[in-house]
This record gives sequence, C-alpha cells and structure tokens, in this order.
Amino acid sequence: MSRLNFAWLAAASTIAVAQPLAAETIEVAAGEGAQERLQEALILAAEGDEVVLGAGRFDLTDGLSLDVDGVTVRGAGMDETVLDFTGQQGAGEGLLVTSDNVTLRDFALENPKGDGVKSKGADNIVYHRIRVTWTNGPDPSNGAYGIYPVESTGVLVSGSKVSGASDAGIYVGQSSRITVKNSIVESNVAGIEIENSRDALVENNIATRNTGGILVFDLPNLPVMGGGNVIVRQNLVVGNDTANFAPPGNIVGGVLRGTGVLVMANENVWIEDNVFDNNPTAQVMVVAYTQSYTDERYNPYARKVAVGPNVFGRGGDDPQLDGADMLLAAFGGSLPAVLWDGITEGDDGLQVASGIDGWTLGLTTPGQQFAEAIPGPLTVAEPQGIDWDFSNVGAPAELEARIK
Amino acid sequence: MKRALFAVALTALAFVGTASVQATGGSDAIDQLAITSDGMPRNLSDYGFFAGSPDRPNPALIPYSVRNPLFSDYAEKARFISLPEDAYLHVGPDGRVDFPVGTALIKSFAYRTDAGGLDTIETRVLLHRADGWLALPYVWNEDRTDAVLKVAGARMDVVFDDPSGERHEISYGVPNKNQCKQCHNRDGKLSPIGPVWPDMEFPREGDHERLKELASFPRNGLFATPRWDDPAEPIARRAGAYLQANCAHCHSRSGSASNSGLFYDERLGEYAVSGYLKRPVAAGRGSGSFDFIVDPGHPERSILLYRMHSLDPGVAMPEIGRATAHREGLAVVTEWIAGLETRN
Repeated sequence: MSRLNFAWLAAASTIAVAQPLAAETIEVAAGEGAQERLQEALILAAEGDEVVLGAGRFDLTDGLSLDVDGVTVRGAGMDETVLDFTGQQGAGEGLLVTSDNVTLRDFALENPKGDGVKSKGADNIVYHRIRVTWTNGPDPSNGAYGIYPVESTGVLVSGSKVSGASDAGIYVGQSSRITVKNSIVESNVAGIEIENSRDALVENNIATRNTGGILVFDLPNLPVMGGGNVIVRQNLVVGNDTANFAPPGNIVGGVLRGTGVLVMANENVWIEDNVFDNNPTAQVMVVAYTQSYTDERYNPYARKVAVGPNVFGRGGDDPQLDGADMLLAAFGGSLPAVLWDGITEGDDGLQVASGIDGWTLGLTTPGQQFAEAIPGPLTVAEPQGIDWDFSNVGAPAELEARIK
Repeated sequence: MKRALFAVALTALAFVGTASVQATGGSDAIDQLAITSDGMPRNLSDYGFFAGSPDRPNPALIPYSVRNPLFSDYAEKARFISLPEDAYLHVGPDGRVDFPVGTALIKSFAYRTDAGGLDTIETRVLLHRADGWLALPYVWNEDRTDAVLKVAGARMDVVFDDPSGERHEISYGVPNKNQCKQCHNRDGKLSPIGPVWPDMEFPREGDHERLKELASFPRNGLFATPRWDDPAEPIARRAGAYLQANCAHCHSRSGSASNSGLFYDERLGEYAVSGYLKRPVAAGRGSGSFDFIVDPGHPERSILLYRMHSLDPGVAMPEIGRATAHREGLAVVTEWIAGLETRN
C-alpha cells in the first residue's frame, strides 16, 4: 500500500514518521502536481524505501531534496524519466541530497538553474545512469555542476552523462573514496573534476568536446585541502576543443581550450592507459596553482604526478597559448603531449614514461606568469610504479555491489 | 521555587486563554502530545497554538523578537515560544538557548494588506522531541481559520509594498521540510537559529524576567549583537550583524555551506573567511564574472553583493526564501565594502 494514500492520511490525521516497517516502494508518476507529489514522497520515505519515478516528464518549479538515509530513487531510464527544471523558481540545485547511503539511478535532470544534483555530507552515495543536460549546449548561463558530490566519504558515479555544465560536468569536491567510471561528459567547461579530494579513481570514461577533459585540482581557503592519491586510467579523452564558456572569476575559467588532463597542485596522481586524441593545447598538463593566495595550510605544487604508458594521437596543434605560432614552429608543427610548468617542490614533481614527449615552461615559482616562460624539452625521470598507498583508492566495494 | 511559581502562572494564563477562546468556539489549551509524540500533525490547530486565527495566539505562548531578523521578502514575523511544564533553560557560552524537550518555537509570516491589517500566510513550527528537533511548515487556509501541513512546501502569489513604498508581486515560497533543515542545520542536526539570549527581546511585560528565572547562564558575559540598522554603530559591525543574521545559518563551519570556506558567524573583516579577496569556489555563474567575493573598495564587482542582489535561482543568495532584494540590507553591506581600502 502506498504511504501517500491521501484518504488514509486524512483518516489518521497524522502522518507517521520513521515507522519500523519493511522497505516500501513509493511510486510517483509524471503529470499534474509533480512538484508536491515527488517532494512529499522524498520527505515521507523511510530508510530502505525505494521511490520509483514513472516514465515521462516531471515539470518542476523548485529544487527537490532528500534527507532520509538509505533511500533509492529510481527512474525508468535516463531518457525515459526526465525531471525538467526549465521553470525552476528557487533553490540552488535541481536535487539536493543530505543523507547517507542513497542510490540515485536511471533518471535525468534537464536545465536546472544552478547545479544538477548536489549531495553534501552524503556518505556512500551512488549515482548510476543519471543524466544531467543543459539542452541549449555550452552557455555561461547554464548551472555550474551536473553531478556534484561534496564533503562525502564514499562516492560512486557510474554510467552517467552530463553535458552543458558551465563549470564541471561531474565534480567531486572535498571528498574521499571516490570512483567515477563508465560515464560520458561532453560539452562542459571541465568534463570531470576531482577537487580537494583524496583516494579517487577515474576510469573508463569518455571526456569529449569539453574545454578540458579531466581535471585534478587542489584549491586554497577551503575547509578540506590536501588533495591527492588519484588514479586516472583507461579513459577516452578526445576532441576537447570547446572554447571556455565559464563565467569569468571561476577557477575553471582559466582552463585552456584543448586540455586533455590537467593536474594542478595535487600529490600522487597516476595517469595511465588513457587514449588522448585531438586535444589541441595539451594532452596532459601539469602545473602549480597559478594565482595569489593566503593560506598557510595550502601546498600549491604538483607533487609526484606520474604519466605512465598512454596512447597519444594528434594533439597540441592549435594551442591556446601566447606565442602559439612560434611554439608550433619551434616544435615542428605540434606541441609535445605533456606540458609541464616546470615548478616543483622537490625533485619528484613529475615523472613521465619513456617514449612520451613533453615540454616545460621552465618556470620555478608558483604564480609566475606565462610571459616569463623559458620553454624547453622535458627531461624528467620515469615512473617506477605507484609508490604511495593506493589500497583506499576508489569507492568502497559495497557501492559497486548496489548496482550489480 | 520560582520555577514552580512560573509553571503555575503559565497554567493560569493557559486557563484564561482557554476560557476566552471557548467563548468564540476555538480550541483548547496547548496539546503537549502533539508537540512531543511521533507523527506530523496535519493541522496547526492540532497543537492549540492559535485560537482559530493567526491573530489569536494562545496566551500561554511567549512572544519574542530578535535584534537582527533574517530578511524574508519583507514579510513581518511573529515569533512565539511554547514551553513545557517545569521548563528549565540553559544558555550556552555563545548565548544559544538550550530548550527542553517539549518546547515548540513558532513563527508566523505576514504581509500588510492595503487596508492596513496584517495577513498571515504561513506558520512554521520547530518541535523539540526526544529524538531532536523537527521543523514543519503550515499554510493558512483562505479564511485564515486554520493552517494545514505542507511538508513539500508551497508557492503562492503575494503582493505587498516595501518600506520605501515600492510595490512587489512575487511568488512567495514556503520551504519544504528538508529546506527548513537546510538552514536549521548544525553539524547535520536540526537546531533553532534565532534564540540567542542577548539578541532576544520580549515585548510582553514580565516575560523577560520570568524566563531569566528559569535559565542558567554561562560564566562569561553575553553581549548583544549590534543592530544592523542602527546608524550609530560602525559600518563593519552593522554589516557583520547583517551577514550573520542572513548568511551564517548556512555559512558557518557546521552549516550547510561548510564547503564554501566563507563563514559569517566569525568576525567580519579583512579575512578570506569573510570573503575578503577570496576567489569563488563552486559559484559557477553565481560569480557574475567577478574575481572576488569581497573586492575591497569595489562593491560593484564584489560577488557577495551580486548574489545578494540577484533574484535568479542558481545565483541568488540565500538560496531559499528570497524573491526580492533587500534594499536596506544591501546598502549596509555596500557601504562596508566601499569603505575598504582598494587593493587592486
């Protein structure tokens, strides 16, 4: 029996909360009054319940939120169940999740005014086959993030698809134990961004037509810093050539069009077995934090970043860099695959496998301007395998088990 | 001793209230079980807080106001405390009042009508139960005789004139139960925001003294926050008081915006946590194409003001409960930023 039966509510005159009942299925159909019916279902759900969204288009006027642990929200498919936020009048995101052990699967959000789905302090969350689309394509007036877990331990994003985000399609911030896999990020400023986070695995994704494909960052003045222990492997990072459309002022506004993977101010980043093609500025870029800051807890250097064996196609042939023509002439028509700013704290800032070409800007101090670069070929050591503890990299196995 | 006396006084008041209410066919005394039992009462009348009209609060309720209220689209608010029998209050070192289980905090939202009266549209209650606080929104019916629970929130069209005489026609948003918690969130637990002892004022004679008798106080002194709209106060203090009242419920290390690194429960000044020369993190288009949250000397390019001014969901701050810009509040924060020495 549905817990949302109105007659039952009226008869009982109070709505029971947190009843020790067996897990229930609460069905919500598209159509008239979707906002109230769906939000009510998300509020009245009990731990373990499944909220099942019917096929069709849900016209929503406000952000939705879920604050009950252990709830699954399941649609009929990422092309069948669409939460349409085109008429959204309030809230900073389409769906906000603030409870633990939540599973979101098989539905889409279109045109949220702010972020798509934000999960904050929501440990062990699974996003499976979720689509977030801004239907007008790249536009600075689109929301910032499509899928946005933050301050969480245990994050799995799988089989999802985001396009049009004016910041990052899939953004994981200030979190740990993270896996982003089997997902497609297209036509965002940043495809996937791992920021101020630890123990992250980014694998088997397709990042294409973004400004930058996959970003691994650490930023100052945030409660959680010290990002690192990130593995980026077996991704297809191709044709990231969309002009940067981030609203200025945002850190991703500085991402150069045509960047494949960008590592900035992070430690222990392993990049291996990816396919890079047609990223016109740099297939892989490794840099220190570029801006001024005041935060003594912050380390602006890229430390122990390793580029292992990867497949590199064409790239670096239309760089968004000052003096591009001279650089292209100097390097014979296209820039080498790996671009390093040369700024290193110790002697192990960057390691690159043999056979991979690179170049350095020859800078020495974080925050130094590009104009001061003394470009030259890259000569760094080869990586000798991962020499940091990667046993906690990736989402806990229990999250994978939920979508099996 | 004194506590017992107060309980008697409360009972007497409740009795008087009941008597007068019964004459008009209203409800009984406050139903303590509605406050403390599991479940979500469907109607506001189930509690007995009001006698068939938002203008007829039960005399057992203790009206209060706060020195620096949250701006809510120029709505006028009426706040009440409902204390259980034998209540004892504990005031913490930060002035926050720790209420016993069985307490209800009640807040009604109203707009002035063209005829000059106050029209109450919704009443929100915070119930302190054995397992913590619960927030529930109630929307008054057409006749304003009772209000009904709207766990999923509501929207309604509201027309009003602001203090400067400008007319506004807005889609007023009643928050849903989860959105209540978004603001009333401290370390993941729902908590009251307004009741900070030195900032509370009690208009009814004797209430302040009686509550004082029921409360224990910290050893440290408690000082009232300056009023944001008091022109005699220094501008940084006024801006700090305004930002604390309007932003700090989320923008604190234990609040819903803990990830932002922008904290307005801390002293306002030339610090990154105040936004001073701090770059945006996850603002997206909320940055308005500007570089800093607070750009000293440049209110016109400070993200803080851009977002406080915007009505666009996804940009507007606070994220919930604002469909108009607060002209007077903006003026204070603008003056503070304009007065900071330019750094770039």
